[in-house]
Amino acid sequence: MSHRTFIWICLLPLAVVTAAFFLLPMAQLVVVGTSGPRGVSAYLAILTEPRYRATLINTVVLAAATTIATLVIATIAGLFLQRHRFPGRAVLIAMLTFPLAFPGVVVGFLIILLAGRQGLIGAISNTLTGEKIVFAYSIFGLFLGYLYFSIPRVILTIMAAVQKLDVGLEEAARSLGASPWAVQRDVVLPALGPAFVASGAIAFATAMGAFGTAFTLATNIDVLPMLIYTEFTLAANFSISAALSIGLGVIAWAILALARSFSGGTVAAAG
Amino acid sequence: MTAIAGHGASVHIERCGKTFADGTQALAPANLDIISGETLVLLGPSGCGKTTMLRIIAGLEQPDIGGRVLFDDADMTSVPIEQRNVGMVFQSYALFPNMSVADNIGYGLKIRGVDAKARAARIAEMVALTNIGGLEDRRIDQLSGGQRQRVALARAVAIRPRVLLLDEPLTALDASLRDRLRGELNRLLRSLGITAIYVTHDQAEAMELGDRIVVMRKGAIAQIGTPREVYFAPQSRFVAEFVGAANIVEGAVSGGLLLLPGGRLALSAATDVAAAVAMIRPETIRIVGEGDASLTGTIESVSFIGDKQRIVVTGASDKPLAVDAPNTIAVGAGERVGLSVAPEAVRLLPKED
Ligand SMILES: Nc1ncnc2c1ncn2[C@@H]1O[C@H](COP(=O)(O)OP(=O)(O)O)[C@@H](O)[C@H]1O
Ligand SMILES: [Mg+2]
Repeated sequence: MSHRTFIWICLLPLAVVTAAFFLLPMAQLVVVGTSGPRGVSAYLAILTEPRYRATLINTVVLAAATTIATLVIATIAGLFLQRHRFPGRAVLIAMLTFPLAFPGVVVGFLIILLAGRQGLIGAISNTLTGEKIVFAYSIFGLFLGYLYFSIPRVILTIMAAVQKLDVGLEEAARSLGASPWAVQRDVVLPALGPAFVASGAIAFATAMGAFGTAFTLATNIDVLPMLIYTEFTLAANFSISAALSIGLGVIAWAILALARSFSGGTVAAAG
Repeated sequence: MTAIAGHGASVHIERCGKTFADGTQALAPANLDIISGETLVLLGPSGCGKTTMLRIIAGLEQPDIGGRVLFDDADMTSVPIEQRNVGMVFQSYALFPNMSVADNIGYGLKIRGVDAKARAARIAEMVALTNIGGLEDRRIDQLSGGQRQRVALARAVAIRPRVLLLDEPLTALDASLRDRLRGELNRLLRSLGITAIYVTHDQAEAMELGDRIVVMRKGAIAQIGTPREVYFAPQSRFVAEFVGAANIVEGAVSGGLLLLPGGRLALSAATDVAAAVAMIRPETIRIVGEGDASLTGTIESVSFIGDKQRIVVTGASDKPLAVDAPNTIAVGAGERVGLSVAPEAVRLLPKED
């Protein structure tokens, strides 16, 4: 058996699995999308139908805001945690990354505990000002939940990237007169660029597709995964939910590809 | 070029030691004065504290309590590196990968708020000075090792530093390139007239570049002197052996003569001792006829190296003696020969470890 044949034989199971569990359902989804009364134009509905379009915009804005906020918080925290040794550091890292395994339901539950009608923030604000602050069911609740979700993932990537930074570059910049701020701006942040794109892509895609949190919070703001769910289970509108699913995938993928081409990074755009 | 020349500070290091947080004493408290405009080389084996000393001067490392660093008369000890106006060339070059060659060279000027036009002029000047014309728009990963070294140097010199600090700038390069760049660097440092502190573990580099050499050992200064002084008059066995090749011989001194197993050697000045240690450089020993010599031995091997031949002679001293002889004399292994050494070429060393 030649070396090449051997490789092909090894690849065969992969090809079968990919075809059976990945390509076929995907193709099926594409076909189902066209099976409704709208036909192929179902694919355009996500852009042309006002309700769908508003949901799409909501989702993209929310996912983008989550990604940016996550990157800012995780970068500051990651830089600090990687560069400083202090008592309690390990505990803090453990706490920050603890929600990694939580499903969206649990995150939604946490948000309700924090900012729901019986939540902690409401109780405190009630005693202080006599007014009960409740935002768990608004877009802020969802935003907070998504942050909770993405910070652990992003912080680990950033910390790994910070560890690999060449300290010599920062020292060189300082020797040339750069203030601590200038060092961050000109040396550290550009060097972290690929890590931003990689972890930002994951955060963005996760936020675009997150369902559990939105479902648990039972918000009145529509996000795409919720819309797909309602169209599918409640309205039994298979073709539209299929078309919306494909649309969600394509748009997330396209935005990530765009971000990647801007950063010139070599990171895979997650779909 | 004159625009960049002649603004070197003198550097004074007072009782600077360094003990790291983990308890490693990298540097015993040391004093060192560097004259304005000179090139001072810190020479020593790996781990002897050269980089630590350089980083203390740069301001990247704080000396232990009590240590002070002065530029001219100004106390710099608590001034952070970004305000010291030092140029640094790192062993790894530490060029910014997200900037072009020109932007790397101009970075320090940009930080100083120099306007684009003046900056471009200075970049062009640096590019000419370091022979990297045509590379201005390249990315760093498109440069060879030698080109990177030049860019790192251009970037450090562009800010007109008061002191230029170089940490083994040629170590990462292959041997032939290293030799060529050493010569270039030497001319450049001379023409700039800048105060430069140059770290290396390579004694040939130290000799060629240094106005003075500081030989370091295990976190302490072993000797300070001009290249000739440390070569011809080492004050310790360590310096004698680290700087150039040396025969270290042991014997008694009596009546101005060093007594060796194969005879005796005249000394220029010496008091009698029972056990002395002396250094003889291989090139100071001449092969002469056996009959004419007060010291004799047997040739063990002859290696022809081209410009000279390295001859090893046994029986003359307690250990085989290395002799660098002209490439014209014809001798062979097993031959009995006489050895002649000028009295001032036999250096008595203090007895130690
Ligand atoms: N940050 C540090 N922490 C602890 N020990 C260090 C540190 N930096 C250097 N050392 C130690 O100090 C000694 C001198 O190091 P260095 O100045 O880098 O030597 P050289 O440059 O002469 O090779 C070495 O034993 C090294 O291991
Ligand atoms: Mg070193």
